Amino acid sequence: MKSNLSALAAGLLFGLGLMLSGMSNPGEVLSFLDWTGEWSPDLIGVLGSAVLVSLVGFQLARRKDKPWFEAEFPALPKKSIDRPLLFVFPTEVRNKGHFPSDQAATKLIWLALRNIAEKWKNPPISRHAAKAQPAIQFEERFMLSE
Amino acid sequence: VLTKLDPTSHWLAGQVAGIHLFTLAGGMTIGAAAVLLYHAIGRIAGVSGIFFTGMKEGGLWRWLFLGGIVVGAGLGAYLFPSLNIVSRPNPSIWILTVSRRLVGWGTRQGGGCTSGHGVCGLGRLAPRSLVAVLVFMAAGIFTASLLRHWLGVPA
Repeated sequence: MKSNLSALAAGLLFGLGLMLSGMSNPGEVLSFLDWTGEWSPDLIGVLGSAVLVSLVGFQLARRKDKPWFEAEFPALPKKSIDRPLLFVFPTEVRNKGHFPSDQAATKLIWLALRNIAEKWKNPPISRHAAKAQPAIQFEERFMLSE
Repeated sequence: VLTKLDPTSHWLAGQVAGIHLFTLAGGMTIGAAAVLLYHAIGRIAGVSGIFFTGMKEGGLWRWLFLGGIVVGAGLGAYLFPSLNIVSRPNPSIWILTVSRRLVGWGTRQGGGCTSGHGVCGLGRLAPRSLVAVLVFMAAGIFTASLLRHWLGVPA
């Protein structure tokens, strides 16, 4: 209840801020983006002042172990730079295309596992744990001699 | 050198002085909203992400937040009618269709929009967000200038 109300309050505040700053006006945003027309730096002013406040707020939040109305902080979005952020085609979509089914992907993992298993120097116990899983999935491929 | 720089610095000073007080107040209100959401329920106020997850998984708080934005902006327009200036460009249906798809796809690809990366991510000092903001601002400036000036598209 309190969580939902605070989300609503944050939304109202956000909308009010958008309106006050003039960013609810598409023409205003465009006047920042279009450098060939009448340029206005307002968007930088809005983003700058918003970041100034959020910078202080987020740094203060680091001292808290939980939010006001929830048991804990949920997992936060990552901060690092990765491929999908910079490249046009997401890696997972590109890789998915090579496998007609999930089973095909699992088979490839199993084959790769068999290849590296020969070079493993770990104690046998971890090797068996890893091998047990494909042994269940691809029963017919395990011959007694192996 | 100074005399050469002068017109630029005058122009810059004029631009900075021309920033309306409400612009800064509005920006700070947006920042406060993001901080409130984080302190209260530990969520990042990224509008595109909240909308996307809301479509997929639901969650009442998400729709309350999104609805609050619309109602809040309407409330502001009601309270401060003099600020409610809408100089809406009048793009064609083609421009609208293509651009909204690009915006939706791009925000998912980049993992956030102006609010998530710009307001929250920069506040959290995330390098990822700085890159995202610089990239989408540059792309926006390039596209807007290209379409409106060089290609003369009334968008």
